Amino acid sequence: MSKFITVMMHTYRSKIKSKPFLITTLITIALLFVVTNMNEITKMFGGEEASKVGVIDKTGNTLPALQAQLEQAGDDLTAEAYTKSESDAEKAVIEGKLDGLLILDKDASGIVTGIYKAEDITQQSLITDIEMALQQIKNKSAAESIGLNQEQLAAIYLPVSFEKESLSTTAKSEEEAAQVYILVYVVLFFMYMSVMMYGSMIAVEVATEKSSRVMEILISSVSPVTQMFGKIFGIVLIALTQLALFVAGGFAAVKLNENLSGSESIIQELKLNEIPISLIVYALVFFILGFFLYATLFAMMGSLISRVEEVNNLMTPVVIVIVAAFMIAMYGRENPESGFVAAASYFPLFTPMLMLLRVGMLSLPVWEIALGIGVLIGAIALFAVIGARVYRGGVLMYGNAPSLKLFKQALLLSKEEKKNTTEL
Amino acid sequence: MLQIKDVRKQFGTFTAVEGLNLEVPKGEIFGLLGANGAGKTTTFRMILGLLTPTHGKITWDQKEISYQTSDLIGYLPEERGLYPKLTVKEQLVYLGQLRSMPRPLIQEQTNTWLKRFGAEEYINKKVESLSKGNQQKIQFIAAVIHRPELLILDEPFSGLDPVNVELLKNAVHELKKEGTTIVFSSHRMEHVEELCQHLCIMHRGKAVVQGNLKEIKRSFGKKNVSVKADFDLTYLKDTNGVLKHRMTADGITLQVEREEVAHSLFQAVQSKGFVRKFELEEPSLNDIFIEKVGVVHE
Repeated sequence: MSKFITVMMHTYRSKIKSKPFLITTLITIALLFVVTNMNEITKMFGGEEASKVGVIDKTGNTLPALQAQLEQAGDDLTAEAYTKSESDAEKAVIEGKLDGLLILDKDASGIVTGIYKAEDITQQSLITDIEMALQQIKNKSAAESIGLNQEQLAAIYLPVSFEKESLSTTAKSEEEAAQVYILVYVVLFFMYMSVMMYGSMIAVEVATEKSSRVMEILISSVSPVTQMFGKIFGIVLIALTQLALFVAGGFAAVKLNENLSGSESIIQELKLNEIPISLIVYALVFFILGFFLYATLFAMMGSLISRVEEVNNLMTPVVIVIVAAFMIAMYGRENPESGFVAAASYFPLFTPMLMLLRVGMLSLPVWEIALGIGVLIGAIALFAVIGARVYRGGVLMYGNAPSLKLFKQALLLSKEEKKNTTEL
Repeated sequence: MLQIKDVRKQFGTFTAVEGLNLEVPKGEIFGLLGANGAGKTTTFRMILGLLTPTHGKITWDQKEISYQTSDLIGYLPEERGLYPKLTVKEQLVYLGQLRSMPRPLIQEQTNTWLKRFGAEEYINKKVESLSKGNQQKIQFIAAVIHRPELLILDEPFSGLDPVNVELLKNAVHELKKEGTTIVFSSHRMEHVEELCQHLCIMHRGKAVVQGNLKEIKRSFGKKNVSVKADFDLTYLKDTNGVLKHRMTADGITLQVEREEVAHSLFQAVQSKGFVRKFELEEPSLNDIFIEKVGVVHE
């Protein structure tokens, strides 16, 4: 037991002060602050200067309507009459005195048309604003021309009243579903990141010990099984440390935002304070179990390779699995009741993400959740048993007959490694 | 006492070690010789408990070797390996802790050993920045820092310069004096001759010669006669009982069947003129090795 702790703490200590860990942690926390305080940051730049568009109004009476329309829409855009010639106006645009030039005219049937000229036409939002405003003016004048009054026009554009209500008392409300979605997203993202980062960390760790041959001394003093689990727990400890830092950082960021923005804060906007505690607990449980599952997988695979360069080859299939889980989760978000998603959520490698999604989106009976957790724990145990055996064999590439057989069956050990085994 | 009883190790259809019986009394230095692939490393791994013998039993002090006894055993593997990114101190602390040593003791031992090897200035250097010889010293310290009862050294002197070989040899001697039982393998016959009382020559997984060094030499029978004289000695090679001969710069070395052959050789040179040297030598371990294993080795 004390050797287990020695291995665990050694792994923890050597990784906690490693540069990649410090850098990713700091960057992520910085990012959390930026994202949660985005509203304040944009305010800090003092609101962008309103764009100025010169208008040559050949219709003679459209400009005031356009100005009124733009103001009503609250766009950061002023339209001013330009009295000089079109070529002068174009020059002004190129010199930067104007952001753009709008030429208003009427076509043969008397409907307003517009031509927008600017130095470049990449300012999509500005162009859309103008186009929308013109569309409104056109609608209005078209309506007037067929004799509709303002009220009739408003009635046409009035959106239909449509409300959703769930009849089951345990069903999730729309808001709850949105919160779940955010939480699932966060867990999925964090899962993906952790597996990428820590999974390769474990595999690299094992592969380094093997390639630097320190492994032989290690396994002569500690059993490979103790070593493997010491390593996995050490890495899990790091992941939890990082998670704790993220949560603390995120909390601080949100608090800061609350102080700065009050009722407009991100908490109020996203109703983060209303996420049910049970869901957070489930998220944590699924995250930790999922992490263990993938960590065991990576430790096992790390023991099979002999050089650090080969770690990347190992990552690919696992990344594909996680991306697949992500895509099923996307689909599951639209169709949480789907039988396919339900079935997939019992596939251990998908369970952490998909079961959490279902727990959040649906009102699952407890036995289903328990079954999901059971499947996960079972898979971890299975991987641990196989992993420990493979690790034992893999680290030295030896194996007595029965475990060698198990090797071949379970992991399709490459020919080369078999050869090495007999060479020992 | 280290006891290896009728041990066989099989990898699939390949037999790495067969019918091996060894006894190493406490406080002895035991040499294990053999060409590459003779089964030395496999034997060591079985002693360490890294491999399970297919048949037979290995015990230390009547106890089977397992992870319960691993704190009593020290191991210097043939393939050297340390954490390249850790400093010497971190390295030794970690490896020492894995042998259940308390931290203060590790620090004390680290300092003692580094001082002995004249490598104190490297204590906070990363291992990857050390020279190969210094890395080897650190590796050696890692193997002995916990004062093991049984120390296994797989090719401890390979790749070292003569100064460092001497340093390490002295350390081995001293450990022996302190009561450590040492089993080591080497390609260098002179190291084995110098350090071991008992040895075993392995060939293709089997022990071909084993026992006390002196007895092995005596029972080998064949001896060497080296002669130096002012006249041509080539004719001696045709004497009855001479098995091999080798001309040297100013004389000849002959391998003879029995001691008696040396007598007739002596008679043969006596009357011819002035003889500068006539010596009857014990066979060298190298001769025995070549004879038994049938290959020229280093």
